Amino acid sequence: MTDSSSTQPATIDEIAVVALAEAFRGDGEILCNPIGTVPMCAGRLARATFEPDMVYTDGVAMLAHGNLPVGDADAERIPEAYMPYRSLFDVVWSGRRHVVMGASQMDMYGNQNFAAIGDDYSKPKVQLLGMRGAPGNLINNKTSYWLPNHSTRVFVPSVDVVSGPGYDRMREVGEVGSRFHNIVRVVTPLAAMDFETPDNRMRLRSLHPGVTVDEVVENTGFDLVIPDDVPESRLPTDEELQILRNELDPKGLRKAEFASK
Amino acid sequence: MSEDDVVAQLESGMTIGIGGWGSRRKPMSLVRAILRSDLTDLTIVSYGGPDVGLLAKSGKVKKLAYGFVSLDSIALEPHFRVARQAGGIEVLELDEGAFQLGLLAASHRVPFYPTRAGMGSDMLANNPELKMVKSPYDDGEELVAIPALKLDAALIHMNRADAAGNGQFLGPDLYFDDLFVMAADKAFMSCEKVIPTEDFLKEGPVHSIKIPRIFINGVVEAPRGAHFTECPPDYPRDEAFQKEYAATAKDPEAWEAFKTRYLDAPNHEAYLKEVDARD
Repeated sequence: MTDSSSTQPATIDEIAVVALAEAFRGDGEILCNPIGTVPMCAGRLARATFEPDMVYTDGVAMLAHGNLPVGDADAERIPEAYMPYRSLFDVVWSGRRHVVMGASQMDMYGNQNFAAIGDDYSKPKVQLLGMRGAPGNLINNKTSYWLPNHSTRVFVPSVDVVSGPGYDRMREVGEVGSRFHNIVRVVTPLAAMDFETPDNRMRLRSLHPGVTVDEVVENTGFDLVIPDDVPESRLPTDEELQILRNELDPKGLRKAEFASK
Repeated sequence: MSEDDVVAQLESGMTIGIGGWGSRRKPMSLVRAILRSDLTDLTIVSYGGPDVGLLAKSGKVKKLAYGFVSLDSIALEPHFRVARQAGGIEVLELDEGAFQLGLLAASHRVPFYPTRAGMGSDMLANNPELKMVKSPYDDGEELVAIPALKLDAALIHMNRADAAGNGQFLGPDLYFDDLFVMAADKAFMSCEKVIPTEDFLKEGPVHSIKIPRIFINGVVEAPRGAHFTECPPDYPRDEAFQKEYAATAKDPEAWEAFKTRYLDAPNHEAYLKEVDARD
């Protein structure tokens, strides 16, 4: 990775971006719809490299052709198709989409909360976003999560409100609940997790370089499934670093979410 | 007509839908006219932004139906949060796509539209008024029946309109403004500029004339009527003003000053004068 004199070693933000980009591997020709700067870097990187058939939104109302930089409202856009919110909802219902959302709380089955803290619906302790599109996303299309704060406040034994249902909730719904439900990946600044276990409990999939299993366990408020051998998250290739740094995020906006780390 | 003429046609206790999305193309001059009025006990149906925050903060709201409430560049609407955390406002919090189905059902005059959205989430547990429906076909699938979100009145803001009530959006997204006006018994449209009907195509393509006058009961010409929300291509969001607005949620004195200066301005013109007189 450091053999190219023009290439600085990958930093944690770039490793996390690549770990999240890996969530899209194998998706083919669907709408890649990551929300937030790090997820957008990840989705656009996957599209620019190993998932060239994916389409992505400009964050306003179009599917954008080519490598559009993140967070640049003035960047030149080449539309592939018009995609206002109404069409986006249609794509959600059709299932041809992989969304990346955030969460204020998440439990071991991937139940996600960004609606409210506190369990009194009539008077929440802290009002957050509301349901947004989470219920419809989870039951209709692939979902991954980027959680920039890997802590016991976020990874909790039980979430206060289920906005995006996890595996146990969808099993209770029955066949229809599980038919299209697929939480592919949860990525944090420490590690990547998935649900590839017999009962779909969250599993430690890979550790970012320099992070220990103990560190992840300490910062997770429930028992993660931890395999005997946990691999290291893969490092970005030179090509990935070049595209990410020079084309997709030349201003380094992705680094903002790592400032406190 | 004027904003106050519109408000004169509204009544306390009504269900009012407000177009736009988050902090985007909201009919803010109409919202402020409601704030100035003695209307109360309203049910507000909205892809919520500062419209919801201001109405909730001002004690106008009995019930809110929403998919989210956000200021976009400020993710959480601070006045909405304070109002929710104080309790006392009934809510119907829906998935944002399911919310569209509620507007569509009301537009089509059917009692519900079915969807899977909500199953497994707390959307159902939190809202016992939401019922399930069984498919009458061989699959026999159980689906969520999203009830029609019937509106007594709807308020939207367009870039251009003619005097007869045809409306044109020139920005990137109509959002669901056409459904809001169809779902309502009475609908009122403010606009940046009233133009002769024959000028619509000078402004934008035929696809942009999305609001037909059969659904509109009155037009208000309100230049910068969406301020401080965005109304492209006419103007972007006034981020500095939005920040000032958001900051008043944590500071009662700042709120009083904000209210006196901007919200109590007797009409839209006077409001704009105050906005333009800022440093």
